[in-house]
Amino acid sequence: MLQPIAQNLVFGILVGALYGLAAVGLALVFGVTKFLNVAHGELLMLGGYASFWLFSLWRVDPFLSLPLAIVSLLVVGAVLYKLLFGRMVKLAEGAKIQNTLLVGFGLGLILQNLALRFWTADTRSITTFYSGAVWTILGVRLPVVRVASMGIAFVLIVALQLFLRRTYTGKALRATVENWEAATLMGIDIQKVYLLSFVIGSALAGVAGSLVSVGYSIDPTMGMSWTLKSLVVMVLGGLGSLTGTFVGGLILGVTEAATGYFFSLTYREVVGLVLFLLVLIFRPQGLFGAKEG
Amino acid sequence: MLEINGINAYYGDLQALWGISMQVNEGELVALIGPNGAGKTTTLRVITGLLKPASGSVQFHSQPLDKIAAHKIVELGISQVPEGGSVFTGMSVLENLELGAFVANARKVKDQSLKWVYQIFPRLEERKNQRAGTLSGGERQMLAIGRALMSKPKLLMLDEPSFGLAPILVQQMFEMIKEINRQGVTILLVEQNVRAALELAHRAFVIENGRIAGQGAGENLLSFESVRSAYLA
Repeated sequence: MLQPIAQNLVFGILVGALYGLAAVGLALVFGVTKFLNVAHGELLMLGGYASFWLFSLWRVDPFLSLPLAIVSLLVVGAVLYKLLFGRMVKLAEGAKIQNTLLVGFGLGLILQNLALRFWTADTRSITTFYSGAVWTILGVRLPVVRVASMGIAFVLIVALQLFLRRTYTGKALRATVENWEAATLMGIDIQKVYLLSFVIGSALAGVAGSLVSVGYSIDPTMGMSWTLKSLVVMVLGGLGSLTGTFVGGLILGVTEAATGYFFSLTYREVVGLVLFLLVLIFRPQGLFGAKEG
Repeated sequence: MLEINGINAYYGDLQALWGISMQVNEGELVALIGPNGAGKTTTLRVITGLLKPASGSVQFHSQPLDKIAAHKIVELGISQVPEGGSVFTGMSVLENLELGAFVANARKVKDQSLKWVYQIFPRLEERKNQRAGTLSGGERQMLAIGRALMSKPKLLMLDEPSFGLAPILVQQMFEMIKEINRQGVTILLVEQNVRAALELAHRAFVIENGRIAGQGAGENLLSFESVRSAYLA
């Protein structure tokens, strides 16, 4: 009786770590630039495909190719920012939100359809010699690949927090989140901060995508649902707390798993949105966010 | 040191400043006084580049500032403490001060600057690991000024540093400002508290409705009928 529950919870935590990682990327961009990158899921998808092709064509182990995935998404993020989003950050509030949403959606559609065109709609997954490896603890099965993915996500979040707390650039980023005008008065170049946060956010999405490609599966249309999950987790965890956002991811993962087990698999996807609404109604600052004012 | 000539500035279609001209000489403590909405903060924003003027010029040490990006103004030696202080509330006192020394030149001498700021504001050293959001209003103002000093400015611009402070703190605040000026920092002080500002300043400019209405040495301005009747009544 307990085993299936425990097993589901474990699977929920393992996938939740990836939800959290993806959401932190989105939260970082949103916190700094104040706009929502609705093509975030597509960046995740690109990361996944990068790993997939490196593996399929050149037999590069997906965990070893993570640095490559990071670098390629850093570059893609930089290019997208410079070409598109960077031009919109200077607009007035209303126009900025409208334009970035429109451009984000457009970008997402373009990337999705390019992926469909070039890589077909087939679901892909990376299967290595160790893909089937499983640890069993107290009767609960822990797929090694997914545990490693969670570990990597965890390490990246810690690294990000260290960067934000211990380095001058990280502190400049946090200052910009709080008050960009005061930050400018300190000599901080806001444009560079925006670019940096977008680039890091894209890279985090890329890594999440890579880990999804080896532990789960990817397809060209996965972007939308991952963007949505990232948004839900971001709101759940609370804006202003990256660690809270990561924990929010774990919570979503566990909640989905529990819903799937106790109700039905169909409601798994819905529960995220229900949580989203509940949080917005009862605790809009998120579970870990700071109260306004 | 700082020369402003014929600045016309707009917020959208609304003209906020009309032909503003001012000069601040090295070592001085100059006050810009006027009522709410007169354009004091707007003038500061033009100087620091947060608001681009439609016409007119701002020159610092004879160097025009109009082509320089806002975040580079600090490197030139101009530091501003915005209205309300604008400290980073989620970060500690020490982190706020460190951010004040963000620009490369200031970062090199960060530790020295910290000692200097702690000497002027010992309260900040006591609270250095506290989150800035937990400080009282007066302490936040001190932190904001200390943070601005960390960039080793040649010109320090203060926007209503006494705002919202209890009277005894106002007194202390102005004494600290005087001390900073004595230590060699040129100061442009924007204030609604006319009496205190005029007692402190070598010279003052009076701004009304976006225009400079008058200027003169501190005590002499008190004899300006318009100043006296409008603000001291």
